[in-house]
Amino acid sequence: MLLYILKRLGLAVLVALTVSALSFSLLFMAGDPAISIAGENAAAEDIAAITERYGFDRPVLVQYADWLVSAARGDLGRSWYFDLPTTEIIGDRLGVTMTLGLLAICFALLLAIPMGVAAAVKPNSLIDRAALFISVVGQAIPSFWFGLILIVVFSIKLGLVPASGSSSWKHFILPTVVLGYYATPAIMRLTRAGMLEVLSADYIRTARAKGLAPRKVLFKHALRNAIIPVISLAAVQMGFMLGGSIVVESIFALHGAGYLAWESISRNDLPVMQALILVFSMFYILFTFLADVLNAWMDPRLRVG
Amino acid sequence: MIIRNLLAGTALFASVSAPAFADKASDTVNMAFNKELETADVYFNTAREGLLLNHSVWDGLLYRDPDTGEYKGNLATEWTWIDDVTLELKLREGVTFHNGEPFNADDVVFTVNYVTNPDNGVKNMANVGWMDHAEKVDDLTVRIILKAPFPAAEEFLAGPVAMYPDQYYAEAGPTGMGLQPVGTGPFKVTELEPGKHFVLERFEDYFGGPKGKAGVAKVDIRTVPDTNTQIAEFFNGTLDFLWNMPADQTEKLDAMGKYQVVNAPAMRIGYIAMDAAGRAGESPMTNQKVREAVYHAIDRQGIVDALVKGSSIVVDTACSPAQFACDQSVEGYAYDPEKAKALLAEAGYPDGFDIDFYAYRDRPYAEAIMGFLGKVGINANLNYMQYSALREKHRKGEVPMTFLTWGSNSVADASAITSEFFTGGPQDDARDQEVIDWIESADSTNDKEERKALYSQALQKITKEAYWVPLWTYNVNYVMSPEMAFSPTDDELVRFFSFGWK
Repeated sequence: MLLYILKRLGLAVLVALTVSALSFSLLFMAGDPAISIAGENAAAEDIAAITERYGFDRPVLVQYADWLVSAARGDLGRSWYFDLPTTEIIGDRLGVTMTLGLLAICFALLLAIPMGVAAAVKPNSLIDRAALFISVVGQAIPSFWFGLILIVVFSIKLGLVPASGSSSWKHFILPTVVLGYYATPAIMRLTRAGMLEVLSADYIRTARAKGLAPRKVLFKHALRNAIIPVISLAAVQMGFMLGGSIVVESIFALHGAGYLAWESISRNDLPVMQALILVFSMFYILFTFLADVLNAWMDPRLRVG
Repeated sequence: MIIRNLLAGTALFASVSAPAFADKASDTVNMAFNKELETADVYFNTAREGLLLNHSVWDGLLYRDPDTGEYKGNLATEWTWIDDVTLELKLREGVTFHNGEPFNADDVVFTVNYVTNPDNGVKNMANVGWMDHAEKVDDLTVRIILKAPFPAAEEFLAGPVAMYPDQYYAEAGPTGMGLQPVGTGPFKVTELEPGKHFVLERFEDYFGGPKGKAGVAKVDIRTVPDTNTQIAEFFNGTLDFLWNMPADQTEKLDAMGKYQVVNAPAMRIGYIAMDAAGRAGESPMTNQKVREAVYHAIDRQGIVDALVKGSSIVVDTACSPAQFACDQSVEGYAYDPEKAKALLAEAGYPDGFDIDFYAYRDRPYAEAIMGFLGKVGINANLNYMQYSALREKHRKGEVPMTFLTWGSNSVADASAITSEFFTGGPQDDARDQEVIDWIESADSTNDKEERKALYSQALQKITKEAYWVPLWTYNVNYVMSPEMAFSPTDDELVRFFSFGWK
């Protein structure tokens, strides 16, 4: 098990390094960072001064090595845009994104698993069709539009929740629904497929034949087995939500890490970008790792392997 | 993006209940920035949002009356030119900073000497680089020494050059100032989350001066990046003031009849730059007839009427009509597609040609331009890119034809645009020695009439040779709650201290 963890960690570090090197060079290819730092109205002499101060005239490889050495020492530098320590900015924004991501994944699981189970118990029934419809709609509606519709109905019309911001728990309700709904279809489909497969397995027939209560068969025997791949999927979705909630964060003015990443790209704010990539890959690795452990705990067969 | 806005706009406007603006009671104007401001320290940001804070939280030595264009004393009460490069200023007595520090000559000397020192790395060197240093004469008298004669000095002292408290800034530096700004202005900053939230409160001990005391007790600014969300908040009454609204959304808001909608011109102009000097290699653009044909081909008034709208006007001079010495008598080439075709034929392109066309904003305008060019046989291939990427390419001289804009940092002097693009710098596609000489001598003389004459000559030639096709001025839409009283000015500077209630 220890060797397995170490191997995975080693792989993870390699992945993070590759991604960071790639993004570093891509950002330099996308445009001169000095011009973005200087801003739209900057004069030629400002750009020249910034190029010199930040050393942008050096080869990209040298600049990357520089960054790598300080990062290895734990120094992620200062944001070129905000001129504040990168860790300070990211720490501030990560809380919002983590809260939103966790809420959204919980919302998605709570909505998708019961729907998936219900659909599998009575395949091709009205319930199945309804579940399919709800999930297809979730996949098809663009989140910026869905978000605005929710704002129109629940904020402007009914006045139940605020439209944007992050200063209270109420502010998180609409974004959670939008982001969580988007993750629902995949989880629902996987739960349904898993349940269908498990329900036709021999041991379920045996359990039923033993005269176990249908509810016990369904939840204790069937769902527990069907849900294992769902956990892995949820972990992947969670990772996606951390970096991929850009649209939702922008509509609801949430100032999270996803929006920060998006803005940092257009500002060519390399230190923040690099640090975010590092943080995102770490979380992604952590989540998939946790999912593996959870799976092993739930499925004894995996523990042996 | 367009589809997105259409959908979103429809969603929003389809259902709107009665707004409940309640902020007159709390004497607070709630408004939004749509981008994250990098820092509140005015010398280290380049954004319009920063300029707005600058004018409300700090003061310049002078003040330009937006209605008359006249310069008035602000932190200085009198100023005289000792010679071409020495300006002596008498300072106002009894002014204090928000932190209680008294304002005097030491603050001016410190600020000027700090920002002009290249080691301190202020972002907009063009705003301060014309000053060499400042000297204290006595407690309330200073001299600013220029590097060379600089006719726009008063404009800059009334604009971007804010006065900082010497003791506080020496200690806090740009980072501290960015997190906890201290100025002499009509508002003090009481709450600040970097990039996200700014709360300004009326500075009760403000000296008044030409700006006067703030008309509202509080201005609460949040960053809300999405325009549609801003409108939703406005409907909810949680925002009272929208600015920079797109023309289509503004029209809908106006049609609802419940809100105050004001359109004001901005200093920004749009233009097409063409590689007349052949920096990107041999191209049709080096031929003056071709450039004239481009000028004739585009129905600029048509684009203004259909897309740009508002108070925008077509311009034929390579600067903003709101700028000093921007001669509006310059005659351009009228919309005449037949003439354009004839000129292309004369130039040896009877069947037109293909060309790379670059743009970075206002894609619908760029596409309209391409449509008109296509009608006379010029097939423009659009390369739409990020501003920084396009600017870099342009600076390297790799752009044969591009649609660009320039806002001049709200500096009301033609030099803020011509000196950037027609004095042989990296973005000068004309490289016309005569034009360079005229502008450079205009930039170094203090005689207003002489400057006007020199600029006029340069601007005439720029248009006559069709180095640029000046397009139109931009405009800004402001939408306000029915209770607010505010008249926007023509310089795109929202003066928070002029906010009030009806």
